Order: sequence, then C-alpha cells, then structure tokens
Amino acid sequence: MSVFDGLPVWIAVIVAICLVAGAAITFVGTVGLARFPTFYQRIHAPTLGTSFGAFFVIVGSMVFFTALEARPVIHEVLILVFVLITTPVTLMLLARAALYRDRAEGNDVGADMPAAENRSARSDVGDTDQTGL
Amino acid sequence: MSATILVIAILVSQVLLGGAMCLAGWRLLKGPRAQDRVLALDSLYLSGMLLLLTFGIGSGQTIYFEAALVIGLLSFVATAALAKFLMRGEVIE
Amino acid sequence: MRRVFAYPVLWVALFGMWLLLSRSVAPGQLLLAALVSTIGCWAAVAVEAPKSKLRKPALVLKLIGRVLLDVFRSNIAVLQLTVGRRAPRSAFVTIPLELRDPNGLAILACIITATPGSAWINYNARTSTVLVHVLDTGDGIAWGEAVKHSYEALLLEIFE
Repeated sequence: MSVFDGLPVWIAVIVAICLVAGAAITFVGTVGLARFPTFYQRIHAPTLGTSFGAFFVIVGSMVFFTALEARPVIHEVLILVFVLITTPVTLMLLARAALYRDRAEGNDVGADMPAAENRSARSDVGDTDQTGL
Repeated sequence: MSATILVIAILVSQVLLGGAMCLAGWRLLKGPRAQDRVLALDSLYLSGMLLLLTFGIGSGQTIYFEAALVIGLLSFVATAALAKFLMRGEVIE
Repeated sequence: MRRVFAYPVLWVALFGMWLLLSRSVAPGQLLLAALVSTIGCWAAVAVEAPKSKLRKPALVLKLIGRVLLDVFRSNIAVLQLTVGRRAPRSAFVTIPLELRDPNGLAILACIITATPGSAWINYNARTSTVLVHVLDTGDGIAWGEAVKHSYEALLLEIFE
C-alpha cells in the first residue's frame, strides 16, 4: 500500500467519493437492466452507466493519477469521449434491430402511442435504410 | 489515513462493479430474446471496463488504461456488428 | 489547401486524440499528430462524409451546457425509477422534426439516446418524424414539445 501513502487526505476523499458514486450508478443501471419487464425499458438502463457512471469513475482516475504523478494526467478523458460517442450509436442500432424484429413477427410495436400526434409508425416498416441514423 | 480511505473505496466500487457484471450476466443468460442478450453483453463490457479502471487506481499503474480503452472500443464494434446481424441476418452485405 | 482544411473540427479532434494517446507535447509528437489528422481528413474527403457549416459556433457551448444539465436531471430521475417501487409508464412518442441537416440529426439522436430515460428508435426520412421511446412519460405530449423546443430549435440555429 506504499503507493497511496504520499497522497493528501482530501485527494483521497475526492477519489473515493467519485469511485463509489460511479460504481453505484453503474450498478443501479444494471439493476434496471435486470428488473425492467420489457426490452424497450431495459434499453434505458445502461445509459446510466455510460453517462454519469463512467464519468465519475474516470474523473476519479484522473484526479488520482494527477496527484500521484504530480503532473496533469488527462488521457482517461479519451475513454469518456469514446464511450459517450459510441453508446448512442450502438443503442440506436440495437433498438432499430429490435423494432425490425418485432414488426417482422407482427407485433405492432410503436403504434400504441399515447395521444399520438402522428400515427405514421406503421408506414415506416419497409424503409429502414434511409439515413443510417 | 489516505491509504485506508482509498483501499476501502476501491474495494467497495469493485464489489459494486462486480455485482453489476453479475446482473448483466444474469440478463445475458436469461434473455429472453437475442436483443436482450446483446444489450446485456454491452453493459457487461462497460462494467468490465470500469472495473479495469479501478484496478488501475488500485495498483497505481496506468497500464490498465490501455486495456480499458481496448475493451471500450471492442464493445462498440461487437455490439454494432451483433445489432446489424440481428437486423439483417448477416454482418456485411 | 481547401481539401486539407475541409473538416476543421475533425482535424482538431484527431490532433487532440493523438496527443492524448501519446501523452506528450514534444515537437515530434506535434508533427506526427498534424500528419495523422491531415491524413484522417483526406480519408473523410475520400468517403465524402456529410459536411455542415456551423453558422453559430458560440451556441454549441449553450447546447453542451443544456445537455449536461438534462443528463444530470434524467440520471437522478432514472435512478429513482429503478430503485423505487413505482412501475414506469413508458411509451413510444412520435415527434415531427424540422431539422434536415444530417449532422444535426445525428447530434440530436446522440443527445436523445445518451440521456437516460429516452431512446431514439427510428427516423423516418419521408415523413421526417422520429420514433422515441420514453421510459417515464409524465405527460406524453409535453415531453415531445420539450425536446422540440430545447434541442431542435438550438440545433436549427446552429446548423441552418
């Protein structure tokens, strides 16, 4: 444990709070993944981990290594940027795949909108190859 | 003092992230459908990546950063390919 | 020269990424970073990545601030929802959009999906509507209006 001994206590407290907060948020996110009853509800759960869960753990890591090496260590921010950019893309692809599969099986997902402004959800089954969004 | 705080915090966060991986693994096994499993795999990757970062803090070495970065990129490629496969039945058209 | 600087934002992003990965600002690394990001921008020119003009770059900061605030708020909301006993009233919402710029749409999709509690499912280019799944609709229509007014208006100002 010699690595930690030179650190000031207030830095250790900041790092500890960040780590535990990030890990707890990620954990609650996967609790949602395990608990929610439908797929479209479950897809919201991992975004907790990818937004603030990852943010807190990475900030904790940055603060820790900056204090440890006595110079700014900010390369962890790359992980945060990659995670922030890639997660929406994968979740969107996955949601569209799920929607496509559900509709191919005849489950009319997305047509039961509350107070729907526009009931055009059925008509876009065939044209999923439009903008790649 | 600071060593005690950090050791306890790292332990707690590792237990939490390990628990997160277990929950994601449970969803991965239970399904019920393929998209649920892919989503669970994605959050398994994420929790594993954050766990590696806490290992990096615990050991005081920045080597773990590279591993975490690679896992983060792999999770993107894997999930994107699997989602594409679910939609079309093939990865490259 | 025009081709080299066709994507200034991409160039700066690649430059910063290289320096962060190599963890130094030595002159050699700066040179390599410039080389790598220039080649990357050539690649973007070769694949003809859709290009938009940032008309009001200053508003980007406002957008980032608003997104951070909303992500913070919805994190807390989803945390309460996950731990609490109340079952979420989730629903699909269709929102008509006026935004046409492909990059603007991509950014809007990323914002909506990255915010916990809402996920961008499918965009229909013909009717220019988007199908969004909302984890907990306080009141369904108000949610769509909020997105429209807070984000789309800002993106319209930035890009068009």
